[in-house]
Amino acid sequence: MEDIIISTLQRAMVAGTPLLLATTGEIICERSGILNLGVEGVMAIGAVIAFIVTMITGHPWLGVVAAMAAGMAISVIHAFASITLKANQVVSGLALTMLGLGLSGLIGKPYVGKPLLIKMEDLNLPWLSDIPWLGKILFSQGPFFYLAIALALASWFFLEKTRLGIQVRSTGENPKATETQGINVTMVRYLSVIIGGGFSALAGAHLSISYSKSWIEGMTAGRGWIAIALTIFALWNPGRAIWAAFLFGGIFVVQYLLQPLGISPNFLAMLPYIATLFILLLISFKDPKKLNAPAMLGEPYNRGER
Amino acid sequence: MIKIKTTNRYDITPFRSFMTIVLSLFAALMVISIIFLIVGVNPIYAITEIFSGSFGSVYGFKETVTKAIPLILIGTGLTLAFRAKFWNIGAEGQLLMGAIFATWAGLHFGQKLPPVLIVPLIFLAGFIGGAFWGIIPAILKIKYSINEVISTLMLNYICAEFLTMLIVGPWKGKARFGFPGTNNLPDSAILGLIPGSRIHYATLTLALIFAVVLCVIIYKTRFGYETRVVGENPDAGKYAGINFLKTTLILMAVSGGLAGVAGVGEVAGIHHYLGYPASISSGYGFTAIIVAWLAKLNPVYTIISGLFFAGILVGGDAIQISLGLPAATVDIVNGTLLIFLIMGDYFLNHKIFIQFSNKSRI
Repeated sequence: MEDIIISTLQRAMVAGTPLLLATTGEIICERSGILNLGVEGVMAIGAVIAFIVTMITGHPWLGVVAAMAAGMAISVIHAFASITLKANQVVSGLALTMLGLGLSGLIGKPYVGKPLLIKMEDLNLPWLSDIPWLGKILFSQGPFFYLAIALALASWFFLEKTRLGIQVRSTGENPKATETQGINVTMVRYLSVIIGGGFSALAGAHLSISYSKSWIEGMTAGRGWIAIALTIFALWNPGRAIWAAFLFGGIFVVQYLLQPLGISPNFLAMLPYIATLFILLLISFKDPKKLNAPAMLGEPYNRGER
Repeated sequence: MIKIKTTNRYDITPFRSFMTIVLSLFAALMVISIIFLIVGVNPIYAITEIFSGSFGSVYGFKETVTKAIPLILIGTGLTLAFRAKFWNIGAEGQLLMGAIFATWAGLHFGQKLPPVLIVPLIFLAGFIGGAFWGIIPAILKIKYSINEVISTLMLNYICAEFLTMLIVGPWKGKARFGFPGTNNLPDSAILGLIPGSRIHYATLTLALIFAVVLCVIIYKTRFGYETRVVGENPDAGKYAGINFLKTTLILMAVSGGLAGVAGVGEVAGIHHYLGYPASISSGYGFTAIIVAWLAKLNPVYTIISGLFFAGILVGGDAIQISLGLPAATVDIVNGTLLIFLIMGDYFLNHKIFIQFSNKSRI
């Protein structure tokens, strides 16, 4: 029993890792006032590029860097459409998702079903990994896990405690006032969208080279959309995103735990999606003022207009 | 020094609007060609193949019309939702829920009722199924301010799993010899086809009627006006006493219901039984988003844009076979087209001046 609980929690951490990475990225992006619904597509691009580059070069970290570069590059499309051309952000994000899913399927076709033989070793942190229970769950995980937590904490510090982070937030709250402070709203938003894209691609890289060690079309399976919901659940705070993401990782893992009990696997597969709706419902009972949503989220900024 | 200045354009003529779309589509084709070139496919060959496969032969055109039926139905419903800025991304799930309801009605009443009664009954059942699945996100948005993009998407996944649960479990038919799927619908519930094609004409007729009727509703009735106000100026709508919950419920019942009707057509016209979600709908719910957008949110124009994107689906199948490209290629084409269409709107709504000057002015 003890082993089952430990291994379940351990797997929940692994399953929550890509959710945390993508949610952190989306939080930075939305804080600047841009809604990016392209997460799912960018994640798919990240997954396929990381897989191919790792397979060819034999270096997983090269794969990760390439994936992030590709994710940032493709996010420029959404940035250009929604910031420069002031296009509808919902439609532009959807288009990015379609494009990302399509491109990943096309690029990745020769690699479908091929196993990745290169393994990213788990890092057993000295001393800490010897702690009973917690050591196995939290301190002997793959590198992506630590990276995701470190990036989320760094993003929290950046957004809440640094001058630049405050500029990002004020861009999402009141771009007009921000501009009068001499800050380039357009540039802040571009950078936020691009950095967010890098995070989404990193999440995809985790899926293909660490989580499943293979590539198949559509392997992101809605995780990008769940990340967008988690952004709301985390109240646009990367610190809260940490436990939100791992809670959801747990829901993904619980499916496999309950399957032997004779519950329909299709019913269990619904759980993450039902849980997403349920959690948004819970959040809605909060006072809207405490929700902390960026005031200008989804609104294009017209310079020189009221 | 080069300066780019933009001002809003107010003299948008239908001709300018049309030309913007044509140029956007052309620019998108250029980008798609570059992508084809990069993966080593001759773009001229591939693009010709797409359009000759769908519009170049009688067989291809019949298939194009067949696939246009769900796209027109769903696209029509989406124009209404999108006008109210209700981003219904859940047509895929609403289509499946319609298919589930219609299958249930067909299997239960098909033996007992004559075709004259059963066919309208399964269409009604499908509409109710889709409407039911469309109303949920409407309530969640108006009552609990839950973002509809997220909720409709989650409902897609939930419905697909629910359908699979039915066809591998309680609804699994003996006639499938152990494979997932329901029994065939009784003959009385099967839709007639135009001879020599797979065009189920009852659904096609409904699609065309709905497109015209919805167009009249949007432009000529108070309800149509209210949906526009809800989308464009919610504050004014509140002062004018528009009931947001009621308006949103109705428009999502219609939007979801039409997707449900599309599901009826796929089950009763094409497959004749309820199978895996991916076989019932090849992403019609998502493609219809672009259909609605290309139609400039005018239901009647979805007839044209629906045919166009049905052509791309059929042509996409053709190049999958002849060039060995994956199914995802169609997503690239659709995604690129959508990006250029929304970018085109900027150039339609703005005048752009490029100034060359030696001195920089303040």
